Amino acid sequence: MSDCVSIVIVSHSAEVAKGAADMVREMVGDEVRVAHCGGNPEGGLGTNVPAIIEAIRSVYGPQGVALLIDLGGAETNSEMAIEMLPAEMQDRIVICNAPIVEGAVMAATEAAGGSSLAEVRATAEEFLS
Amino acid sequence: MAPDLLPRLIAATAATIAAHTEELTTLDQAIGDGDHGVNMKRGFDAIAAAAEEIGAQPLGGALQKAGMTLVMNVGGASGPLYGSLLMGLGKAAGQDGDPDIAAMLAEGVAAVKKRGKSEAGEKTMLDVLVPVLEALRAAEPGGLTAAARAAADRGLAATEDMLATKGRASFLGERSVGHLDPGARSSALLVHAVCDVIEGKA
Repeated sequence: MSDCVSIVIVSHSAEVAKGAADMVREMVGDEVRVAHCGGNPEGGLGTNVPAIIEAIRSVYGPQGVALLIDLGGAETNSEMAIEMLPAEMQDRIVICNAPIVEGAVMAATEAAGGSSLAEVRATAEEFLS
Repeated sequence: MAPDLLPRLIAATAATIAAHTEELTTLDQAIGDGDHGVNMKRGFDAIAAAAEEIGAQPLGGALQKAGMTLVMNVGGASGPLYGSLLMGLGKAAGQDGDPDIAAMLAEGVAAVKKRGKSEAGEKTMLDVLVPVLEALRAAEPGGLTAAARAAADRGLAATEDMLATKGRASFLGERSVGHLDPGARSSALLVHAVCDVIEGKA
């Protein structure tokens, strides 16, 4: 359903990213679109900009996209990827400052109820408070 | 600009990264995740592989294309960070005539600070790049490369006693003290490689 916020999971590990996405689908269902990516361009641990761009594009919709990411380079590469997308898309993509697995499940749960991007992000980030 | 400047810059920077891949990896294993050497090598190999296409452009366009090549190929934070550095350099390179290298580096350093949300003194590549920029601004026209080399070495050495507050190394807290920063090391290597080319040694 394209009237929900979508979720993108970016981990250094392709398996962590896939596992987190599996947990979201298991716990929240399929109404929220979830994409995931992980690994460097050669398939080792890392994150890479082209894969992040592709993941965002694959689930992007008018309600926006919330990214859940893991460590250091995942943030730098995600910010770079967002800046390389068209300006009108950039305004509807946020990086949540939240643990990747718990944040993804929380964000997706909030998104499934039709909440706005800001609400989805706030819910994911509740783990920090 | 000398017609063979770009191919020489591309070859010299790729060669120094390739020659020091293991050293960068070892430094990064101490305080990071140990991928800096291979990530940098992947990026600079990709630039070398596109040398013909990059070299066909004027300096500014070539640097921006090389920066984008790093962004798309590295697979770690060093991709956007070094990519932003090169794109910043390229943006300030101007259209023709002799480029103002201090003005270029100022733009590059600003781009790295923005991308990394960081300043000098936080045990990063900026601890080499910022002193090099200051040295270039203060140097006599004939002494640019000597000043840049000395500032790079000095800046790199200073990272050993710094406490990391950015990147993976910040998780280590006090334990990051006593190690050179791998990003500062790769920046120093690149400064020396560029100086080699400008001095006609590579």
